Amino acid sequence: MKNDSVLPRGQGRRRGPEFPPYDTAAVAAILDRWRDQPGNLLPILHGVQQALGFVPPGAVGQIAKAINRSRAEVHGVISFYHDFRTSQPGRAVLKLCQAESCQACGSRELTAHAERTLGCKLGETSPDGAVTLEPVYCLGNCACSPAALLDGELHGRVTPQGLDRLLAQARRRP
Amino acid sequence: MTIKICVPRDAAALSLGADATAAAIAKAARQAGQAIQLVRTSSRGMFWLEPFVEVETATGRVGYGPVTAEDVPGLFAAGLLRGGAHPLAHGVVEAMPFLARQERLTFARAGLTDPLSLADYETHGGLRGLRRALGMAPTAVVEEVVASGLRGRGGAGFPTGIKWRTVASAPAQPKYVVINADEGDSGTYSDRMVMEGDPYVLLEGMAIAGYATGASYGYIYLRSEYPHALAVLNEALATLRARGVYGRNVLGADFAFDAEVRVGAGAYICGEETALLESLEGKRGMVRFKPPLPAIKGLFGQPTVVNNVVSLASVPIILDRGGKHYADYGMGRSRGTLPIQLAGNVKRAGLVEKAFGVTLRQLIEDYGGGTRSGRPVRAVQVGGPLGAYFDQRLLDLPLDYEALAQHKGMVGHGGIVVFDDTVDMAEQARYAMEFCAVESCGKCTPCRIGSTRGRELIEKIVRGKDVARNHRQLLALCDVMENASLCALGGMAPWPVLSALQYFPGDFGLPAKEPAHVV
Ligand SMILES: Cc1cc2nc3c(=O)[nH]c(=O)nc-3n(C[C@H](O)[C@H](O)[C@H](O)COP(=O)(O)O)c2cc1C
Ligand code: SF4
Ligand code: FES
Repeated sequence: MKNDSVLPRGQGRRRGPEFPPYDTAAVAAILDRWRDQPGNLLPILHGVQQALGFVPPGAVGQIAKAINRSRAEVHGVISFYHDFRTSQPGRAVLKLCQAESCQACGSRELTAHAERTLGCKLGETSPDGAVTLEPVYCLGNCACSPAALLDGELHGRVTPQGLDRLLAQARRRP
Repeated sequence: MTIKICVPRDAAALSLGADATAAAIAKAARQAGQAIQLVRTSSRGMFWLEPFVEVETATGRVGYGPVTAEDVPGLFAAGLLRGGAHPLAHGVVEAMPFLARQERLTFARAGLTDPLSLADYETHGGLRGLRRALGMAPTAVVEEVVASGLRGRGGAGFPTGIKWRTVASAPAQPKYVVINADEGDSGTYSDRMVMEGDPYVLLEGMAIAGYATGASYGYIYLRSEYPHALAVLNEALATLRARGVYGRNVLGADFAFDAEVRVGAGAYICGEETALLESLEGKRGMVRFKPPLPAIKGLFGQPTVVNNVVSLASVPIILDRGGKHYADYGMGRSRGTLPIQLAGNVKRAGLVEKAFGVTLRQLIEDYGGGTRSGRPVRAVQVGGPLGAYFDQRLLDLPLDYEALAQHKGMVGHGGIVVFDDTVDMAEQARYAMEFCAVESCGKCTPCRIGSTRGRELIEKIVRGKDVARNHRQLLALCDVMENASLCALGGMAPWPVLSALQYFPGDFGLPAKEPAHVV
């Protein structure tokens, strides 16, 4: 199970301290697009994350109200799925496959190399804020293991040197 | 004369630079003043050769690979456009041994067509199954699928026709068809190849399922790790609607069908059909108690067919050629063909569609060519992360649902992951428990807590701490997980662990002559 909480201690209450501001209009537009569609919570959360980079904790109330579910339910869904994040990621997101086919082709060494180079562990962001490093369990590229996904772009037969090139590219981005 | 050149647009090919290769070919042709027709096709599934370039010649398509952008000028100099000789040339593609020795039914079009061209699809046999189905009574369509002997390719191996019968006879309306496109098993990619490379065959199979069972709407639950498949499916759906294949009158018949794609959010358990339905309903992906079966009370409480991508993609050819034609392939109660996916440390990794009955050794050695590293094969995992690890002694087992089940192996979704002799099987066992802990839906205790305890026990054994006692505890824990978990995640996560203990005790620091245990 994923273990993270969007609700800082004591903030689940109606009158708790305020959440940081976020783009409520963008969220409203997404809610509008999916209004009245059955089972729309995942598409809404994907939409919000795509627009804002993450699902702001403050948006939980806005989403819950619009789809007539409790905030606890919405929070429960956000915290269940590995994809949804509740804070801003690095400027680039690198997902390294940790599953068996890639293990058989050196993904453990590749991951250790990435952690050393970026100065952060899997699940963390490099200190310079450039890259968030995440585990992923199979990218369907197992015939070309080890595999990586950099900002949605798939890479195969990734060597430590190849990874360095990808990371250098990612770091150069604004 | 315009020469046709094909470069795959499959995500695996793209991950190795197929776009750059295609661009380099276009540029080289321009410079040579040669008119070419550059088609972005699906992949043949020979991934060790990607990016794989095919040139149409008088003798058939000639293949080159792996072709990087830097190789292109040299290939042009060697007469690529005439199918000229070159170290990267592999001759006529259809005659290549890896392909020539396959029985491609579901993947008949792999590498041949432009995935989004409906005209290509129809030229290569597409929509014939749906047309024939629409001329039959829905019950007759169900019986054709029953006769084919097709069993679900998503892992559980349940007969597809029988499932359809249940949904067809459920009185409630509306009903749904749900495609399980979660493809979470490591070492598998055949669903991805279908969706990116031949989306119409899947959507045709889905419409046939809808017609046969009385459902008029479908959802494709696609894992979020597959952005390329998402784009292709959405475009394919739009085309089918525009051409009247989907919509109020499917191919002009008195039958309405439409569908949409929904994207998952990175949870392995959402491949389990009831967790998938929960997820589609916008909830946490928690496994449901069965009964009721999804076929009776599925999505939004309505009768629902849930089928894997490859299961449904196999339906059009069954309707086109007849159930018997399909059932003529295979062995025992495993009928038809299975798209096997060779993965991990294997030299020729790729898709092998064969009738059931081919042995693991044939697959790994004859097709796969042994390990990519050139070292000896030490362990093989069949059927995804919950499948047992086999050692050399079991490689002569045929791929067959029942034969593998006897050894706690499983066909699963047809993935075979090969490891060489550098693998540490205690670490693989530890990972199996860790994966179960990460992906557990949390509904039942043996899986939610047991997986973490299991990981800790393995770590202790490896550290040499209280080995005999911890080993006993681990076996007892595995027994509880196997017998008291609600679904196969907790119930089968012990399989890779127990098999690793049985065949590779030395990796855990255990004596080789352990009393035989569970496997
Ligand atoms: C933990 C777990 C994960 C599963 N993952 C998948 C999957 O990714 N894709 C799939 O098609 N079936 C998966 N299944 C099997 C489904 O529950 C179900 O049997 C299948 O969708 C039925 O379709 P089929 O009969 O066409 O195979 C999984 C089952 C379990 C227990
Ligand atoms: S075995 Fe694991 S994944 Fe399956 S229902 Fe129980 S807790 Fe959920
Ligand atoms: S196991 Fe890494 S891509 Fe499939």
